Amino acid sequence: MSNAMHNKTLTELKAGLAAGDFSSRELTEHFLARIQQHDSELNSFITVTAEQALSQADAADQAIAAGNTGLLTGLPIAHKDIFCTEGVRTSCGSKMLDSFIAPYTATVVEKMAAEGAVMLGKTNMDEFAMGSSNETSYYGPVKNPWDLERVPGGSSGGAAACLGARLAPGATGTDTGGSIRQPAALNNITGLKPTYGRVSRWGMIAFASSLDQAGPMAQSSEDCALMLQAMAGHDHRDSTSLNEKVDDYLGALNNDIRGLTIGIPEEFFPDTLDGAIADNSRDAIRELEKLGAKVVSVSLPSVKLSVPAYYVIAPAEASSNLSRFDGVRFGHRCDDPKDLEDLYKRSRSEGFGDEVKRRILVGAYALSAGYYDAYYRRAQQVRRLIRDDFARAFEKVDVLMGPTAPETAFKLGAKKDDPVSMYMADVFTIGVNLAGLPALSMPTGFINGLPTGTQIIGNYFREGQILNVAHKYQQATDWHKQAPVFGGEQ
Amino acid sequence: MSWEVVIGLEIHVQLNTVSKLFSGSKLSTGAEPNTQASLVDLGMPGTLPVVNKEAVRKAALFGLAINADICRHSVFERKNYFYPDLPKGYQTTQLAEPIVGAGEVEIQLENGEKKTVRIHHAHLEEDAGKSLHEDFHGMTGIDLNRAGTPLIEVVTEPDMSNAEEAVAFARKLHAIVTSIGICDGDMSQGNMRFDVNVSIRKPGEPLGTRTETKNLNSFRFMERAIKLEVERQIDVLEDGGEIVQETRLYNGDTHTARSMRSKEDANDYRYFPCPDLLPVAITDADLEALKAAMPELPNARKARFMDDYQLSEYDADLLSGSIATATFFEGAAKAGGDAKLAANWVMGELAARLNAEDKDISDSPVSAEQLGQLIARLKDGTISSKIAKQVFEACWAGEGDPDTIIEAKGLKQMSDSGELEKIVDDIIANNAPQVEDYRNSDDAKKKKKIGFFVGQAMKATQGKANPQQLNQLLREKLQ
Repeated sequence: MSNAMHNKTLTELKAGLAAGDFSSRELTEHFLARIQQHDSELNSFITVTAEQALSQADAADQAIAAGNTGLLTGLPIAHKDIFCTEGVRTSCGSKMLDSFIAPYTATVVEKMAAEGAVMLGKTNMDEFAMGSSNETSYYGPVKNPWDLERVPGGSSGGAAACLGARLAPGATGTDTGGSIRQPAALNNITGLKPTYGRVSRWGMIAFASSLDQAGPMAQSSEDCALMLQAMAGHDHRDSTSLNEKVDDYLGALNNDIRGLTIGIPEEFFPDTLDGAIADNSRDAIRELEKLGAKVVSVSLPSVKLSVPAYYVIAPAEASSNLSRFDGVRFGHRCDDPKDLEDLYKRSRSEGFGDEVKRRILVGAYALSAGYYDAYYRRAQQVRRLIRDDFARAFEKVDVLMGPTAPETAFKLGAKKDDPVSMYMADVFTIGVNLAGLPALSMPTGFINGLPTGTQIIGNYFREGQILNVAHKYQQATDWHKQAPVFGGEQ
Repeated sequence: MSWEVVIGLEIHVQLNTVSKLFSGSKLSTGAEPNTQASLVDLGMPGTLPVVNKEAVRKAALFGLAINADICRHSVFERKNYFYPDLPKGYQTTQLAEPIVGAGEVEIQLENGEKKTVRIHHAHLEEDAGKSLHEDFHGMTGIDLNRAGTPLIEVVTEPDMSNAEEAVAFARKLHAIVTSIGICDGDMSQGNMRFDVNVSIRKPGEPLGTRTETKNLNSFRFMERAIKLEVERQIDVLEDGGEIVQETRLYNGDTHTARSMRSKEDANDYRYFPCPDLLPVAITDADLEALKAAMPELPNARKARFMDDYQLSEYDADLLSGSIATATFFEGAAKAGGDAKLAANWVMGELAARLNAEDKDISDSPVSAEQLGQLIARLKDGTISSKIAKQVFEACWAGEGDPDTIIEAKGLKQMSDSGELEKIVDDIIANNAPQVEDYRNSDDAKKKKKIGFFVGQAMKATQGKANPQQLNQLLREKLQ
């Protein structure tokens, strides 16, 4: 039985725990053993918190016995190493924070723990979430479980890979420009970026504050709904978290989608797009048509400006957000600084990797006197146009769909020396962040044995509707159930 | 041809909120270093700011007090620079859309004229921590207790033309912020800090190059620093030199100033709107509520003092100038039952004594009630004004209430006319030559010469004789 446990969804595991088929301790030990056995190949975890996990599991077993359970009681979850966890190293994938033991816990982690979740450990990621391949991590790249010579995507690459390889049944991620959705697509899992402000950012180390949003990653839409139910909600410690009622995501999963209008933005199917990628997403949309959805064509003319606008705004915010890493109070400090300037220069030069430095430089430039209007202000204007495009589309449609990423997982190192080509990996996901909309990526088939994903974008606070559409699709198909042949077992 | 001086001020006013601008930490007053610095104040990764509504309310109240437009959606921005006592690597402040727009403050000049100083704007911002350079063996210690303390920075137009005007403005601003209760006004604690921008020019010429002298924390230092800088600029220009745009530091102890950094070294602060904070919304209802709650402003108080207490405009201006002085004056006037006397004592004896010991009126050893009691005894004739000064000194020295002192020292005026009459008779009998001389003098000279007998009588009574009664008696007996 335990061999099959890792192929079960969170929802199935929850039922198994409730039925007494296995204990949380057995479940947790099973996943810890899998991590120990396989993660040396994948490198999806930076820190495994086995001891803490087992004590949380024991507490969960007691809670289950007492009939005192929360949404996630006893379910093992892996947290992206961007979330502060009190007493546990929180590295953000950077040498800068290699020795940083967080003195407090992020709201997301706290809320999930309050619902009984068991933390397996902290997953690998691009340094400070800057990257689309997980190659910028100080802890080395994560491998794609579908092909160990390929990247898992990023920045939540560790989360997606450990889910794809069934080393964890659920994981948290963060998405600033596609960092949940793109790796979800590349690892054949489901991941949701909620509406900006739906999930608290307190305790989530900032990359680009106006774009960053945490979300759930799991095997199915149903599991994402379960996790989001625990993660979402207003937090008085985050001024940008919105005081909107949290919907009943689980309750909405089985809503009828007959009459639903799906918009297909022509910009998401450009002539240059790989035909096989386009076909997989068109097939998925056709499947939903069979379930009663209507399909219309729409246009988002400004979305083509997403990537350049994003690569001004996100680095600009990052250049400021990362200023606190100065070697004074926490994080890496160089040896024997000879004066203050030397302390700053060497601590930051040594502590940050190349991609982080590149973005700090780009961002500082975009905000500097004489360039602010040409870059930062202009990018904000473009951002408004993009938001307006989406708003116009949502006057006519319920959801928008298209491919999540323009290609399947690429080879490790393939884009190492070509940042712009790397940035284009997020061409379909970034617009959503600029607009602050919710969007989900779900598995929709393979190309040469590599997963592809399709994105469902909803209007503000329509996470329930997105999850509902994805769930209906996943009930009718089984792409999301495919797991890689990995470690000699299935 | 003489030089014309142009002065503009930037004033940091520390708001007296319970907690910091973006965190729940209490404002620090003398706590151990870094004990009043939370995760947010330390700039811990992942922490976020939440704006203190009370600070917003107090800033808007200030705006209303100076007749300014209140920005309905003011925006916090980040001012980016590296400094060890700046934990996040940026200061959260306001730039393009500050909460308080253009306003004005009227000041009273010593020649009795009024002048309006225009306020360019005032914005909310957080204070930085402190760098401690002593006691760390060549290293610098960082204390972040002050980091995040709410300030409003008030920026004037260059409307002042000498140090006295600048001080008059600074005092008026102090009066306003303390009157509306948004700042404790304790200069020694850095509650108000002044940056002065000074330039000089020949009349009719365009503005000269200005310098900025930063962080002056008393009216006196500000006045002296401005005068010093004006003299320096005149010397430079008259020697054929040029003024360099720079930031200067004034040392009050040595009365010297030095250049801190020139314009070329200035940072590019890369301001941009803080993405962690929403614009601060202020509604019509908020403004109405603030207006309804507006305490009495210095100008209204001044008018009331002139009406209610028949004070001259000059006296009313001085006494209404600070909330502490005004409250003290009104307390003494009420307790003593004589506003004019209270005004004279507060502006005279008390002010001189406070000044001599460099004390604030709120730390006066003589309370308003005690001064009132003294005035009451003066008014009811129990003591003379001369004795009153003696009682005041004793009261200042902590010897008790005026009534207690008068009783203990036997300072009551001699009210028994029989006793005084006997003393006067003795003096006349014992000073025959002087009596003779007095009687032979004309009226004008008599007025002067009677002083001798008054002096003798006062000596004999240890000053307790009622002066009117004594004069009357002497004039009768000497005829």
